[in-house]
Amino acid sequence: MNILSMIFIGVGIAFFLAGTVGLLRFPDVYSRLHALTKADNAGLGLVTVGLCLQSGSVLQALKLVLIWLAVLVASTTACHLIARSAWRSGAKPWESR
Amino acid sequence: MTAFLEGTSLLLLLSLAAGMIRVFRGPTAADRMLTAQLFGTTATALLLLQAFASGEPAFIDVALVFALLAAVAAIAFVRRYAAGEEGE
Repeated sequence: MNILSMIFIGVGIAFFLAGTVGLLRFPDVYSRLHALTKADNAGLGLVTVGLCLQSGSVLQALKLVLIWLAVLVASTTACHLIARSAWRSGAKPWESR
Repeated sequence: MTAFLEGTSLLLLLSLAAGMIRVFRGPTAADRMLTAQLFGTTATALLLLQAFASGEPAFIDVALVFALLAAVAAIAFVRRYAAGEEGE
């Protein structure tokens, strides 16, 4: 059980690190959003699954899943709103040359 | 297991520190807000890891509050930004 949850948490952390690297390296607001949502959804989700395996009670595991669902709803809404406000304020999408 | 949780918490802290570079560089206010969004999620994960590393389940409640407040911060930013406040 420990090994399994270490794998889940390790992969989740890798998503977080990849999200940060994407945030630093990608060329414009919209592609940075893309990198960010991977960290939000997959990263936190995998960490949550890994910790659920460690939790002693079902209630605690359900609370962890609840946190993940709250972050999912919040980050989806927030990313949509931020992208729309960036678009309206005139941020141009990056074009490859 | 505790050592593993502490190690991964440290990695998350390092990624928070790296994310600060994007806050300083910008270039638009939306970029800075994106980083704040990532910080909120990372802090939630960090608190969950610490709850199990230290055996203190109260941290889980703190993480829940963090997750809920991150949405409020982003919506407040968008309302202000759309009202014509320039971030630069």
